[in-house]
Amino acid sequence: MEKLIIGGREFTSRLFVGTGKFSSNRLMSEAIKASGSQMVTVALKRIDTANREDDMLGHILRPDVQLLPNTSGVRNAEEAVLAAQLAREAFETDFIKLEIHPDPKYLLPDPIETLKATEELARLGFIVLPYIQADPVLCKRLEEAGTAAVMPLGAPIGTNKGIVVKDLLEIIIEESNVPVVVDAGLGAPSHAAEAMEMGADAVLVNTAIAVAGDPVAMARAFAKAVEAGREAYEAGLGSCSRVAVASSPLTSFLD
Amino acid sequence: MFSEVLQNYSWQDTTDKIMSMTGADVERALAKNHLDLDDFMALVSPAAAPYLEQMAALSRHYTQERFGKTISMYIPMYITNSCTNSCVYCGFNRHNLFDRVVLDMEQIENECKAIRRLGPFENLLLVTGENPRVAGTDYLEQALRVCRPYFNNLTMEVMPLSAEDYSRLTHSGLNGVVCFQETYNRERYKVYHPAGMKSKFEWRVNGFDRMGQAGLHKIGMGVLIGLEDWRTDVTMMAMHLRYLRKHYWRTRFSVNFPRMRPAAGGFKPNVILSDRELAQLTFAFRIYDHDVDISYSTRECPNFRDHMLSLGVTSMSAGSKTDPGGYYTYPQSLEQFAVSDERTPAEVAEAIRRAGYEAVWKDWDKVFD
Repeated sequence: MEKLIIGGREFTSRLFVGTGKFSSNRLMSEAIKASGSQMVTVALKRIDTANREDDMLGHILRPDVQLLPNTSGVRNAEEAVLAAQLAREAFETDFIKLEIHPDPKYLLPDPIETLKATEELARLGFIVLPYIQADPVLCKRLEEAGTAAVMPLGAPIGTNKGIVVKDLLEIIIEESNVPVVVDAGLGAPSHAAEAMEMGADAVLVNTAIAVAGDPVAMARAFAKAVEAGREAYEAGLGSCSRVAVASSPLTSFLD
Repeated sequence: MFSEVLQNYSWQDTTDKIMSMTGADVERALAKNHLDLDDFMALVSPAAAPYLEQMAALSRHYTQERFGKTISMYIPMYITNSCTNSCVYCGFNRHNLFDRVVLDMEQIENECKAIRRLGPFENLLLVTGENPRVAGTDYLEQALRVCRPYFNNLTMEVMPLSAEDYSRLTHSGLNGVVCFQETYNRERYKVYHPAGMKSKFEWRVNGFDRMGQAGLHKIGMGVLIGLEDWRTDVTMMAMHLRYLRKHYWRTRFSVNFPRMRPAAGGFKPNVILSDRELAQLTFAFRIYDHDVDISYSTRECPNFRDHMLSLGVTSMSAGSKTDPGGYYTYPQSLEQFAVSDERTPAEVAEAIRRAGYEAVWKDWDKVFD
């Protein structure tokens, strides 16, 4: 499989995972390990940044894992930039997952504040991965702002509905110059495989693993699905013909 | 810049890959909504020939989905045939001995008026030779200002300029630029374009990036069919188009694949593209890029144009004169190439109407500038 490169770092695993909603840190840690993920996002707000021995963080850190702090909880660009700076200091990384969702109910991202924050963070040298709506034009604007990747949602976060915005994701994948990571809404390994078959560069999964009956086994299942989906994409998917041949030939004038 | 991307592709490997495509590759491409370059190669390969009917149906479907049943009408105005290049296939080659014409502003205005008498054209394509000394940016800027009151949309087929010059011309009313790469074969390019500014391959191929940077509304691309292996050339153009779309996403694009026509100088085409192959190529482009404007000029004959207008083509010229001053000032001067469709604009519009389509003359307004 081709390697994924974001912010100058190479990733062999295309499954990114989140760390929220697990019933214990121990289970979370085991699930991350089973997922084979090399990019793990953690909410700044969950970490006691003053305490170097923070329990949650201790369960995440591993040499092959890139920590991806996220700004969950901020409501606008200004707060996001502050949070990112705090995260950079606390976690010693330029990677930042930009999440600005002022709406606490559906946690839908604010496109205007996200664009503003991306401009500023890119200027400050951050490797920005913004969580966004599946909006192709916004993706291009973020590219111009210097984003390192785009993370459009597949469905509203936490819904486990899979890819409900397929047509838009297809456009984003086709047009993008930066990696496309499908974030949010993927509820089953088959959803992750579908995103990868479409040509997404990676997926981010949290809820579906964290709340599964057996999160460790589910993490493993997602890892396999992501790998299978990517391999299928690279192999070139077979066809199911949907072209009907006209009864009165269109090209007979060429005979 | 695109020249850096192009460097990763060998001409020979690309040709080999196209020729190795199979029916299964074609079927896979036809089943996709979003085609990649490999799919495009399959569709222009010999393996796609048996699928022409399916390609026609799909091409018509996508074209109607995006453009409806319409054909956008345009007309070229050649303002000079003075040229410092020596393209071996072109009638305007500086070694061809004939009296060169550079229309002055009064003559350009007369041409505008004559065109408006020909038909309700609003899309004007200004065409120049490459001679910056007598027809440089100042001259082009003046010409645009003269034409502006007569037409709502001004496009110019002009030698590659700097981004600053493109930007300057947009402020004088220029909406779009057409530039023909002619061939993407870097080695053979030198043979066809031995001297003048046009001999600089990179300056030309990167001109499209400069157009994008200047924020032009529309960019027209093209390869001249008759120089090198057409399948490889159009594949490179398809790659170029995808690259430009990704980088200059606010811009609209058009593609042209003119077949070489007889011209002064007597150059014989190296490659002949049959009507069937041109149809295949047109369908392939539409299936690969649903939004691209595909233009057929009066180089193509009436019967072929009339059939293709419902199968993927979206814009056509009519009543064209390919010599400077041809509409009014010098009705007898030397053509750049011989036209095949000599019908009047009204006759072409009538043929479009008979096919169940509408000829659209105006789809832009000056206020957008």
